[in-house]
Amino acid sequence: MTGEMILLGLAGVIEAGAPIVVAAIGETITERAGVINLSLNGLIILSAMMGFWVSLETESLLLGFLTGALVGAIVSSIIAFSSITLKQSQVAVGFILAITCEDLAYFLGNPIMGAQAPIMYATPIPFLSDIPILGPLFFAHSIMTYLSLILIFVAWFWISKTRPGLMLRGIGEKPAAAFVRGANVVRMRYLYTILGGMLVGLAGPLYTLSVKAGWKGTITGLNGIGWIVLAITIFGGWKPIRVALGGYLFAFLQWLGLVLQSTVTFIPSQVLQVAPFPLMILALLLVNLGNTEWMERLIATLPDKARFRVKKLIRSMRSQPPGALGTPFERE
Amino acid sequence: MNQTRKRSYSFLFQLGGIVFAFLFISLILLLVDANPIETLRLIWEGAVGSSSRISNVLVVWIPIVLVTCGLLVTFSTGLLNIGIEGQITLGAILTTGVIRMFQDTSVSPVLVIVISVIAGMAGGAIWAALAGVLKTYGGVNEIFGGLGLNFIATALNIGLIFGAWSREGVASMSGTDPFPKAFWLPTFESFDLNWHSIALAIIGLVIIFFLLQGTHFGLRLKAVGKGIRSAFRLGIPTKQHLMLSFIICGLFAGLTGALQVIGVYHRLIPSISSGYGYLGLMVAMLINYKAIWVAPIALFFAALNIGGIQLPIVLKLDSSITGVLQGSLVLFILLMQGVKQRVLGKGVGD
Repeated sequence: MTGEMILLGLAGVIEAGAPIVVAAIGETITERAGVINLSLNGLIILSAMMGFWVSLETESLLLGFLTGALVGAIVSSIIAFSSITLKQSQVAVGFILAITCEDLAYFLGNPIMGAQAPIMYATPIPFLSDIPILGPLFFAHSIMTYLSLILIFVAWFWISKTRPGLMLRGIGEKPAAAFVRGANVVRMRYLYTILGGMLVGLAGPLYTLSVKAGWKGTITGLNGIGWIVLAITIFGGWKPIRVALGGYLFAFLQWLGLVLQSTVTFIPSQVLQVAPFPLMILALLLVNLGNTEWMERLIATLPDKARFRVKKLIRSMRSQPPGALGTPFERE
Repeated sequence: MNQTRKRSYSFLFQLGGIVFAFLFISLILLLVDANPIETLRLIWEGAVGSSSRISNVLVVWIPIVLVTCGLLVTFSTGLLNIGIEGQITLGAILTTGVIRMFQDTSVSPVLVIVISVIAGMAGGAIWAALAGVLKTYGGVNEIFGGLGLNFIATALNIGLIFGAWSREGVASMSGTDPFPKAFWLPTFESFDLNWHSIALAIIGLVIIFFLLQGTHFGLRLKAVGKGIRSAFRLGIPTKQHLMLSFIICGLFAGLTGALQVIGVYHRLIPSISSGYGYLGLMVAMLINYKAIWVAPIALFFAALNIGGIQLPIVLKLDSSITGVLQGSLVLFILLMQGVKQRVLGKGVGD
């Protein structure tokens, strides 16, 4: 394999990783506010179909993406209403929506299967795209991919460097304390759940109008993406930059699987296709081990010097959820 | 008097949920220019229109009941066992493996069937125990551990169908070679229904009902589900109970997979779990985890599944509409339960 091919492959990873990254950042924002949106798998498929449909009818890419965001807003407001206002189980409602939205997408999308909608092409940035290596890697993509790259830093900056971001962390970590400090916990949770949902909703049209252009019903190949995104959010420790890296890592593994499929023929293609999933379990195991009791006990038995090193290593990998994740806020 | 009044209020809220769900479905159907009443009538007719259709509904009723029974145990310890689909698949794979091993030997078919069902149950239990170990000792949430294991089980299944167990000549999506007739569960005359499976489903239902309602063990499981820390302080070995609830659920899922193989398809097919695991999760949520409601609601969901089959042929509608109807029923009833709690205060009419 030549250097040029590898470069093209990596540029493809940035492009193919865009929907995963956008969705994972969206879910990160939602979960940072203390709400789990478990509906992602269905939500992405439904927004993919609706975005494709609207784009097909109107021949406008912009309207397609707006529709995706709108679908995300509607579905996530059901999550917000049921969990924040009605205090029902977030995972139950999220799971039901994940399944139902998927069925709804296949039902409504049945007549438009295989239709030709507009496709978003790359718009290389003049001059910047001519820089060797960095040019093709970062500056020869579609507009949405540029936005996905910018989004990572905006989300990071917002969450860790601004005052409203501090409040966001507060309502997810210790809502009662944030409430005393004057935060409107209920309103902000609504806001961030819907905002996060809109970002997730963008991921759908990003697939059907760009990365995996076209709507082919159940064989569109989007089933499972939402669950992966949820796992990446945990893997990334609810930190935007680490989450984004997790997303690109997944896209990279998928690409590697495709490359290996044609070169390493002794591994059946079915094995390579599902390889990301056991890797996902391993990754989650790795970042969670530091939180388990027996690991702490095991580390305590190690000699001093080794203990210090192991602790440091595990702490660097460990991911800890926001303190109030998944629990309703009760004003006392 | 107050109690009955609260009960009737509670009933009204549930009815409201059902009405909303049907309104939502009608809206969706109108969106694609279909007549809602005509569609629902066709679903009803598709489910009860003839004796063979009713028998088909019962064929689907069996796996939904068994899966939901298992899931009630994991729900009682507060677990969302999404890995149930993979547990069904593993059950089916091990059952097929045992039958393939013995189908050309002189071992009595009855004995082989019994062993294969036990192997299937063990397969489901092992797969569930894996998710359980990941959860209790690895800190991996059961949702993600379970999902990952589902995908691995599917890959294993497809790998076997297209690889080691493929048909003579061509491997295909239609599954492995059918077993010899001696290894099929006997059915009622020309129907696909067999009484062994029905009996097992009813026995499973009774076991789970008494386990959760009438035993100390069931009470301990519920204590773990209500609050794992306080249960631990009360002296309940919580990790052991979490593992046990996974394993019991896995046994039911494995049995489901085994019965789908020997009672329904008589071979291993790629989508052997048929989404019954996810359907079971929804049934359990809809009935608010009360075992007494499993049988009727599973029957209703099974009827919807069978009733939707002819929609693509008659009305050119995708049959996934029945999935939307099932999902929106669960969603709206759950939402109305929340509204009820908000309006009347918690713990009313439960």
